[in-house]
Amino acid sequence: MNKIGNQTIMFSNPPYILETSSIVGPKEAEGPLAKYFDQCLEDEFWGEKTWEKAESKIIKENSNAVISKSGIPATDIDYCFAGDLLNQCISSSFGLREINIPFFGIFGACSTFVEGMSLGSVFIDSGAAKKVLCATSSHFCSAEKQFRFPLELGNQRPPSAQWTVTGSGAAILSNDNIGKECPRITYITPGKIIDMGVKDANNMGAAMAPAALDTLVTHFRDTGRKPSFYDAIITGDLGYIGKEILIEMAETKGYNIKKNYNDCGVLIFDKEKQDTHAGGSGCGCVGSVFSGYLYKMLNEHKLNRILLIATGALMNSTSSQQGESIPGIAHAIAIENL
Amino acid sequence: MEFIQSIDWMQLLRCFVVGGIICIIGQILIDKTKLTSARILVIFVTTGVILGALGIYKYIIDFAGCGATVPLLGFGANLAKGAITEVQTSGLLGAFIGGVKASAGGIAAAIFFGYIASLIAKPKIKKQ
Repeated sequence: MNKIGNQTIMFSNPPYILETSSIVGPKEAEGPLAKYFDQCLEDEFWGEKTWEKAESKIIKENSNAVISKSGIPATDIDYCFAGDLLNQCISSSFGLREINIPFFGIFGACSTFVEGMSLGSVFIDSGAAKKVLCATSSHFCSAEKQFRFPLELGNQRPPSAQWTVTGSGAAILSNDNIGKECPRITYITPGKIIDMGVKDANNMGAAMAPAALDTLVTHFRDTGRKPSFYDAIITGDLGYIGKEILIEMAETKGYNIKKNYNDCGVLIFDKEKQDTHAGGSGCGCVGSVFSGYLYKMLNEHKLNRILLIATGALMNSTSSQQGESIPGIAHAIAIENL
Repeated sequence: MEFIQSIDWMQLLRCFVVGGIICIIGQILIDKTKLTSARILVIFVTTGVILGALGIYKYIIDFAGCGATVPLLGFGANLAKGAITEVQTSGLLGAFIGGVKASAGGIAAAIFFGYIASLIAKPKIKKQ
């Protein structure tokens, strides 16, 4: 494991992504990626009394699902990295309190999934762990309630607003592939906090795009790779507005990513049919799109090299109310079939 | 038939157009500005208070009926009207009493029906 360039880590024995699992809510189940998800829920309460309990259940069941899919006993998993959007990450800590795996609660807003996979990879390549569980969740209703307005208000959403994905993604990273052919994490480029002064909590895409650009450019500079090296460059949840901004900004830096670039928030919903405005967001967005769709594409060799850049808006409801701007962050991981 | 004949269609049209214009203003504010919906609501109420206090809003109500009273501007105008009337009958303290008094029916009904609704209904995602 070596640091190369400014902020990229190159793994000497790239960790395997042994298995993934995804659970999504009813709206995501009506979207274009429905067939790739492991489980689709019929209602957003999933038999629970509150949305927060439902979200905890989603991350709990999804973590259990990925463990049983992998065939590895839970006792063999050394550490767990998980986080979500709710205050003090209660979905993860309440959902995973019975899982009995040493737990690191992490917060990177919507970038949490990739943050967890980055940290997990370092643990594995350093020899500190053999198997690591990474999980995240988000829930439209609990997120709206915390960050915007109570759903009871029936508030109208402005066109730039993104739709928080109800769902969870979970992955098991491993130091060996136990005889399976699986994709590996070759590089990680942890991002810096970038704040360009965007204050509109209803336009997260614009707030996070500069952070995505910084990480993207740094990754290419550090690794010497070019955008065309990857079959797909996928950001996790800039949405339609942020996606356009990133394409434009990358071009001014001399990187043309138009051909192979897309965004999880754009992929998960059908904008016209589902009235989701600027696209999906939330920890569960990049989590479920990677665990559901992208991982299967990698396994089927339809994609062999991807650069996954998860972006996060590092604000909370108090900072927004006090008129603070929104600091953005983006973490990148290169995932390849070697 | 008598009921239908008794309808003043021009009044309905005026009501529809004026109420619609007020909503269009709200929609433009949502789409074109960064104002949150809560702020837009407050702007509407305050504008209603100002228009009511200046005596302008009553002409709009005369013209459009419920098209002017049902939107939030009407609530604001009602607050202003109540405060002015109460000041005339019971002095300066009326400025604090009158507005709420005039709109007490609406406020109490909102709390009452809101409470009842919260007992029997569970919030859900809006079906598009």
